[in-house]
Amino acid sequence: MTSVVIIGAGPAGLAAARAARARQAAVTLLDSSDEVGGQYWRHLPAERPAERESLLHHGWSTFLELREALEADPGCDIVTSAQVWAIERDANDSPVVHVLVGEPDGTDRSQLILTPDALVLATGAHDRTLPFPGWQLPGVFSAGAAQALAKGERVAVGRRVVVAGAGPFLLPVAAALAQTGARVVGVFEASRVRGLMAGWLPQPHKLMGVAGKTGELAGYLLSHLHHRIPYRTGHAVVAAHGTDRVESVTVARVNADWSPIPGTERRIRADAVCVSHGFTPRLELAIAAGCNISADRFVTVDAAQRSTVPTVFAAGEITGIGGVDAALAEGTLAGHCAAGGSPTDPTVARHEKKRAVYVDFAARLERAHGIRRGWTAWLKNDTTICRCEDVSYETIRTTTEATCAVGLRSVKLTTRAGLGICQGRMCGRTLEDLAGRSAPGGLIDRVSTDRRPIAAPVRLGDLARAHDATAAIPTDSL
Amino acid sequence: MSPGLFPRSEDGIRPAASDALSISVDGKTVDGLAGQTIAGVLLGSGRLAWRKTSSDGSPRGVFCGIGVCFDCIVEVNGIRDVRACQRRARDGDQVISQHDPLPEVTE
Repeated sequence: MTSVVIIGAGPAGLAAARAARARQAAVTLLDSSDEVGGQYWRHLPAERPAERESLLHHGWSTFLELREALEADPGCDIVTSAQVWAIERDANDSPVVHVLVGEPDGTDRSQLILTPDALVLATGAHDRTLPFPGWQLPGVFSAGAAQALAKGERVAVGRRVVVAGAGPFLLPVAAALAQTGARVVGVFEASRVRGLMAGWLPQPHKLMGVAGKTGELAGYLLSHLHHRIPYRTGHAVVAAHGTDRVESVTVARVNADWSPIPGTERRIRADAVCVSHGFTPRLELAIAAGCNISADRFVTVDAAQRSTVPTVFAAGEITGIGGVDAALAEGTLAGHCAAGGSPTDPTVARHEKKRAVYVDFAARLERAHGIRRGWTAWLKNDTTICRCEDVSYETIRTTTEATCAVGLRSVKLTTRAGLGICQGRMCGRTLEDLAGRSAPGGLIDRVSTDRRPIAAPVRLGDLARAHDATAAIPTDSL
Repeated sequence: MSPGLFPRSEDGIRPAASDALSISVDGKTVDGLAGQTIAGVLLGSGRLAWRKTSSDGSPRGVFCGIGVCFDCIVEVNGIRDVRACQRRARDGDQVISQHDPLPEVTE
């Protein structure tokens, strides 16, 4: 029997688990959270049931079906609170997955070392937030935080909230805030109408297949009308103000390249601002497994969702930001093929077709909402770039210029940016962007901000015990 | 103006009544609900910041909310560097806010 380990129990991972089980593989589904569903289906815990939870979600019945089927299936071992902290490769290039199971950041977690026949990576993505003056103040959140707290806790991050950044994700975030009692005083999308049209309008017949997605977006727009939330394109939050917390923000109109237009600034009183400029895929485990990463920084996969490592498959946002329907289709194909199936099998034909539609959708998303080069014009010399180490824009710029840095490693070592406790997850892409601009010919080590051989913090005691556990395995199998 | 827990009576999703819990935060009792994370309890009680940065002692709280930014770390029952947004609160948890000033550089 084929053994398949799946990392991540969001839409892609759940779909992969079901498809792999349909081919009788022995499945282990791992997630770092104590609940399955991922960020998309983040929900109230079992201790806090709600009669109409479905109001907060799209595709909630799909989630319940997947969860119930997998939980009832003795061939699927769901391990929650499972933090994969490293992946090594054995002599045959096959992955060896190191897992700690227990309370997040706890001390008494148990070890698991898994050597499956096939591995499916469905690790998802997190928000990418571009820095702006004042973004380190309490009260500034990533848009994902506002949504996670609304859906998973019924906590509103503020009473008067500004939502800003780029991309359709801003709409469900504003809707979730409004459903949690917050007043959303505005949603500010940096892309201008012309840019949005260039991305979304050409060849509209290709969007026919994404009717579900169009319906989802229409639902958010109706919710905005209902809650009277103003939506402005071509605007950005260019500063947050306050001493120990956010008290107001400055919003400005921006050019097509996102540089703010002088004279258009206006202050808006707010006690919270939620900002997201897109998503960054969580690539560290894919890199550790030896998968090739494309120039636009996603895991390269073939028609079977197989990466360049034959026993490693990838699905969902780590292969392209395509949303939940793409993730479900890719997950199904990945699970099916990881369990020995072929992408041309009639049982998965429907998912293959769907995936093609959403590849087009992902490309449109990038054309319409992708980060434009002019955003750096809203930075000030003292704007924090690296939140962990408090490294300013001026420090990064002057150091990069003074040292003629051409590699990210040297920029990190000379400024300390990206070396703090988040390990460059928040500022890494920004650092690459900033340092790359002053390096002639670009940076020479582009992928390094996503390379984290220790994928999550591990306590030294756990590391010592992990060594003992590894020592029990014959070394020639590692 | 502050963050807060949406009152159950106003919530359109009709949550059932859930068990209360309380944790100690820097010696003060803070009430929350069973199933909330420590960050959820803190934000739900109106707190926005609890950690202080090493470099200049400026305040931080939740930023990413999903366990990737580490801005919200706290000490829980004697164990440091626990992400408050990831750890479920348990009744009686002793939470201490973290501030690790940089060591002074001497000539």
